[in-house]
Amino acid sequence: MATALETVQEYTGHEYKYGFYTDIEAEYAPKGLNDEIIRFISAKKSEPEWLTEWRLEAYRRFQDMEQPDWQKPNVGWIDLQDISYYAAPKQDEAPQSLDDIDPEIRRTYEKLGIPIEEQKMLAGVAVDYVFDSVSVATTFKEKLKELGIIFCSISEAVQEHPELVRKYLGSVVPQGDNYFAALNSAVFTDGSFVYVPKGVRCPMELSTYFRINAAGTGQFERTLIVADEGSYVSYLEGCTAPQRDEHQLHAAVVELIALDDAEIKYSTVQNWYPGGHDGQGGVYNFVTKRGLCRGKRSKISWTQVETGSAITWKYPSCVLQGDDSMGEFYSVAVTNHAQQADTGTKMIHIGKNTRSRIVSKGISAGHADQTYRGLVRVLKGAENARNHTQCDSMLIGDRCGAHTVPYIETKNPTAKVEHEATTSKISDDQLFYCRARGISEEDAVALVVNGFAREVMDELPMEFAVEAKKLLAISLEGSVG
Amino acid sequence: MLKIENLHARIEDIDEGEILKGLDLEVQPGEVHAVMGPNGSGKSTLAYILAGRDGYEVTEGSVRFEGEDVLEMEPEERAAAGLFLAFQYPIEIPGVANMYFLRTALNAVLRARGEPEIDAAGFMRRLREQAEIVGIRSDLLKRDVNAGFSGGEKKRNEILQMAVLQPKLAVLDETDSGLDIDALRTVADGVNRLRSPERGIVVITHYQRLLEYIVPDHVHVLVGGRIVRSGDKTLAQELESKGYSELMAELGIAVPADALEATA
Repeated sequence: MATALETVQEYTGHEYKYGFYTDIEAEYAPKGLNDEIIRFISAKKSEPEWLTEWRLEAYRRFQDMEQPDWQKPNVGWIDLQDISYYAAPKQDEAPQSLDDIDPEIRRTYEKLGIPIEEQKMLAGVAVDYVFDSVSVATTFKEKLKELGIIFCSISEAVQEHPELVRKYLGSVVPQGDNYFAALNSAVFTDGSFVYVPKGVRCPMELSTYFRINAAGTGQFERTLIVADEGSYVSYLEGCTAPQRDEHQLHAAVVELIALDDAEIKYSTVQNWYPGGHDGQGGVYNFVTKRGLCRGKRSKISWTQVETGSAITWKYPSCVLQGDDSMGEFYSVAVTNHAQQADTGTKMIHIGKNTRSRIVSKGISAGHADQTYRGLVRVLKGAENARNHTQCDSMLIGDRCGAHTVPYIETKNPTAKVEHEATTSKISDDQLFYCRARGISEEDAVALVVNGFAREVMDELPMEFAVEAKKLLAISLEGSVG
Repeated sequence: MLKIENLHARIEDIDEGEILKGLDLEVQPGEVHAVMGPNGSGKSTLAYILAGRDGYEVTEGSVRFEGEDVLEMEPEERAAAGLFLAFQYPIEIPGVANMYFLRTALNAVLRARGEPEIDAAGFMRRLREQAEIVGIRSDLLKRDVNAGFSGGEKKRNEILQMAVLQPKLAVLDETDSGLDIDALRTVADGVNRLRSPERGIVVITHYQRLLEYIVPDHVHVLVGGRIVRSGDKTLAQELESKGYSELMAELGIAVPADALEATA
């Protein structure tokens, strides 16, 4: 069990450990957003005609939309014509096995602590490695295949399993859902695809590691997970990016579909480059994540640890369509220095006896600002819907902010919706108590904050919980004193 | 090992003048000193200043621990040097398991001293051993630090921390307050087992009661920010029978009546 202390020791002096850049020959699309670029991306991926048309349709809808501005963080106008929508390491032909992968890319992932291999530390986790716009490797594909589980990049899924992709793509987040989802639908490049067949319990954690490397680009990830009847899968994504003075856009769409009695557990450890202390650079993380509990007694659970990004703007949601289905959202968001976050969830109760649970822990330090925004909507037919929301904020110092914006709409009188919210300051007494026992001030902050967030951290898959704890500690370095 | 000379201190940001007004105290290894005083005499101020809490300003005097200037050290450096304060009001840390907290503290102290850290198995052995001595049930080790503990459990937990950290000098700030007689006995037993020829202990208390169980070598009476009288354990008994007012009168010390209100 690594302690927060070991962590801070290990990282002292390193503010953002993953800020390096891999110098690699890459192929770029010219900057700009138009039909031609979309066709270029689609052609690069040898996509079937229906998908090219699907992208173009999304782009047409996108052109009728405007960048939203209802959020709390001040985003400013983003010039989407100034972004290259495709960047990929140059390779003459696709690697046939894990051994053929470019050594530079291999080294990059080694430095990030997730080597491309099927042994040792990652023996129990299958990983899809996404580097800028393409997936460069996926481990344990064969082993999973024996169980009928499909785990590959979405590009590969389009080639190998077009019927599944066509059936489910856009079925939870339609092309025109919102401005950034429409953009993603038009230009998405890679991401992961998971299909778990009927009655199969996926025996290992599935994971995607997203790395932005190239400058002047955005990352438009598309992930689609389908859990067929009675199946179970736990999936985790991690993200990092080099340290740059310009903002970079990560606009992802994630869709989850759970059929009768299926369960999907989706965890995120988000550590995009957070930008400098005064707000220069950093990733804009504008993501649409939504799960559809389509089947009876299905369950979708989101767990997120958000420590990176200059601005995080996302609401992983559950649409509880099947009777007796259940949605969960567990979130820890840390904002330090000039970081901003506007995050929360939406729980849409449609089926009877649907239940949802929301636990949000927000930690703000420096002059960061954070908003929890959550919607609980109970539709007319959702007899006996239940929701419990617990929303706690912790402030460190006196220059940061925390806001809670709950929206509750119920159209069924049998619904029971509960909302609890607290805001606390990390107390000097707690810090002094720790220090009087020999624990340094920074380690004391990490300890108290990890305690505050524990309810959520406990939801993370074991393999990642230790990493995530360290991340909380590092993200708050320099937040006191 | 501890030498306090002419210590003057006030609370920052409050214009009430000095709370400690020239306090002297010297503790040698193996000695148990009791500092007794009525409410408002500066007992807790002394404890907090020794541990390095923010909010106090030392205006004059010095505190040396094994020759080092304590006032120049951060609280965590004092802990690493072997100073320990058992809090009068132990603090709750929700979500942090008691045993995890203790191991984090112990390893921090070991690391600061340049000693190897203790592994999980070694720590558990040490913890269980000490918990038994102090009379702490094992479920308290797994619960969050002090959260939902009874008054007695909190105080016992402080003694457990002391037992695990093995300080050179322990300061117990009103460890008897809020304890019933059984809890008091358990806590006192724990402290007594930690008495050793190398370790100094300062027991800060309002009442003589605790000193029936932790028998001190020296007793000091703190009134109005100064030690007005020192003696052996019989001084505590004298104080108990006379009360602070009478003792002060004998000494010819004028003390504001409200400082003595809660005198036993």
